[in-house]
Amino acid sequence: MYAGVSLLNRAMKISKLAVFALAAVVAVYIRAIFFTPIELRQGLAQKILYIHAPAAWVAFMAFGLVALVSILYLWLKDPKFDLIAESSAEIGLMFTTVVLITGPLWAKPVWGTYWTWDARLTLTLFMWFIYVGYVILRGAVDDKAMRARYSAVLGIVGAALIPFIHVSVYIFRTLHPQPVLMKPDAPSMPPAMTVTLLSSLVAFTVLYIWLLRDRYKLAVEREAAADSLSLGA
Amino acid sequence: MRQAEIRESVLSATERSSAETGELSDVQRGNRYNDARQVSRHSEVGMLRAAWIIAAKDLKIEYRERSAIVSAVSFSILGITLFFFAWDPTGVSSVDLAPGVLWVVFSFGGLLALHRSFGVEQPTRAIDALLAAPIERESIYLGKALANFVFVLVIQLISVPALILLYNLPLNGAVPMLCLVIGLATLGLIAVGTLFSAMAVNTRLAELLLPLLSLPFFVPIVICAAQSTAIMLSGRPVLEAAAYLKVLVAYDVVAIVLCTLVYPYLIEQ
Amino acid sequence: MDRVALAVHSCDDTGVMATPVVFAENLVRSFGARRAVDGVSVSLEAGECLALFGPNGAGKTTLLRLLGGLLRPNSGALKIAGSDAGSKEVRGRIGVISHHTMLYDSYTAQENVELAASLYGVKSPRDAADMALNRMGAGEYSHLPVKQMSRGMQQRVSIARALVHGPDLILADEPFTGLDAAGSQALGDMLRSVKDEGAAIAIVTHNLDEALSLCTQAAIMRRGRFVRLDAAPIPNLAEYNALYKELAIEAG
Repeated sequence: MYAGVSLLNRAMKISKLAVFALAAVVAVYIRAIFFTPIELRQGLAQKILYIHAPAAWVAFMAFGLVALVSILYLWLKDPKFDLIAESSAEIGLMFTTVVLITGPLWAKPVWGTYWTWDARLTLTLFMWFIYVGYVILRGAVDDKAMRARYSAVLGIVGAALIPFIHVSVYIFRTLHPQPVLMKPDAPSMPPAMTVTLLSSLVAFTVLYIWLLRDRYKLAVEREAAADSLSLGA
Repeated sequence: MRQAEIRESVLSATERSSAETGELSDVQRGNRYNDARQVSRHSEVGMLRAAWIIAAKDLKIEYRERSAIVSAVSFSILGITLFFFAWDPTGVSSVDLAPGVLWVVFSFGGLLALHRSFGVEQPTRAIDALLAAPIERESIYLGKALANFVFVLVIQLISVPALILLYNLPLNGAVPMLCLVIGLATLGLIAVGTLFSAMAVNTRLAELLLPLLSLPFFVPIVICAAQSTAIMLSGRPVLEAAAYLKVLVAYDVVAIVLCTLVYPYLIEQ
Repeated sequence: MDRVALAVHSCDDTGVMATPVVFAENLVRSFGARRAVDGVSVSLEAGECLALFGPNGAGKTTLLRLLGGLLRPNSGALKIAGSDAGSKEVRGRIGVISHHTMLYDSYTAQENVELAASLYGVKSPRDAADMALNRMGAGEYSHLPVKQMSRGMQQRVSIARALVHGPDLILADEPFTGLDAAGSQALGDMLRSVKDEGAAIAIVTHNLDEALSLCTQAAIMRRGRFVRLDAAPIPNLAEYNALYKELAIEAG
């Protein structure tokens, strides 16, 4: 009984943004599964595009925001920016993981192999490593201000040098053409698919904004608790 | 309480003590100290000069202790020999194998050097003296990077000929271009590695964190350097490697400028 | 206050009015929500020594780092020898000592001090290093690597390193830590002689006896503030000691 009430209470606390984000994602997948045509050559496997692509989009957006607020932190020294960077990096890492899981799942039926050193997938893999390093670095520094400075520097250097990973992997691929395993050339998508893809991008963006806001709130609460603890001592 | 009270006590304290020391002819005291100072008149130390002083210091200490460079060189050669037995020599020719071995071993060997770089400052907090000195923060980074560059170059100077000998590589007149690749790759590796070394020493996971942070950033360097080395060793025209070399140069420029600019922000102010 | 300064300090040989080496007013420095230094005002003339006492975490070291220009204050005024703290030039007029020697242990004493001299832009680093080491009574050990020296001798070399450029202000963060009685005595004597030659000193320490015999002003800090600031010698030492102990116990 009590548990039921508290669950209800908690459910009531879920924000409008959360409801909107989740509803948008559900709507997109209903559309994707039931109302979007099945791709002729790839079959149902192509539907994974509607997770893979928006997840990649959000990951890039999240890491871009990390770099941006990192610059702002070093400039203005406002701890808020550090907490936004922390939140965005973790969410970006989560979406990168989604990209890395859906990529091979999509590749197996379509290209016949789980992993190809495709330029974009390889880039995503190394990006994943960089932000795993970012999260671990944050955990390995106790001093709050030092943690903020160090991770801001890593956030900026990461964003500036990631393009080089992409370029070098890309050249590597073009100079070493590997046998293309039933790799379909990208035909222009029919309008129905394009609409679904675009709406998935929008839905994931809203999802990202909701997660970022809640993760940021959590970070603020944690910092406030830590502050009251250290001031009390 | 007591802003006013404190102000008051500051004032009275200064007054009293000034009065006391003042009687004993402050002027004479000041002059005596000034005389001593005349001998050591200061001049401004520029950014590059300070960087050079710090680099020379690091290299001298490295030379004196030698254990670091000896272990880094033996590590590299050990890695080269170990790799040889990891492949089937009848299946893969050593010319195909060598570039990959060289640059993988090289990036791990470089990490050994990088870890020492700021580690040397740790036991007696000598870095605090560098930070207190009237020099630009950037010169600390540049000095460390320069010392690391020389350190890694020395490792290369020994381990690359060792690789050529052990793998019986045909040089095909590739030596000058090979030197260029080694120089460019070392520069990029040192630029980011020195920055991460400065961060890693102050963390709880120093030994673990430096490779974890650095290796993803070494990816473009290893790809470009290994691929252009392969092109050169197989005697193909250098032009084929042009794209890789361009990326290396661009990476070096961006990394050096960016890391020099952000290093001061690592330090609390 | 200006009146006093005028009365006591004549012009120095360059004809400029002598200004206090340290002039701090209402210094505040926070780390996040915590105010490590919370409204400290202090003024220190050439030849004066300020001792900073207080429990751990009272803000003593932060204050010292503010004075050294290694941290920027959030608010308040801070002048070192008349110039704003923190610039390269001002850092060049300060020497720092701590319980860490800040020496490279495979370097000799001479090399360590010479390194500092060249970073501070001293004209002939070798001669300046010789002089500084001799003054600290470490001249005969100057060619010994620092790692072969006793803790006390290392501390002497470290002070020579801090003094080689003839600083106007010396900042000492718990320099007595790790020294035995004889070592502390020697360190106290050295600081006294430097002070008598006209350098200002700010010293953070738990060694009340040594510091009180050295200083001209003594402050007890607690939670970023001066609980009291006295001119030395302290009239009622027993009471002073008791207050210091009480604060230390309170801080746990």
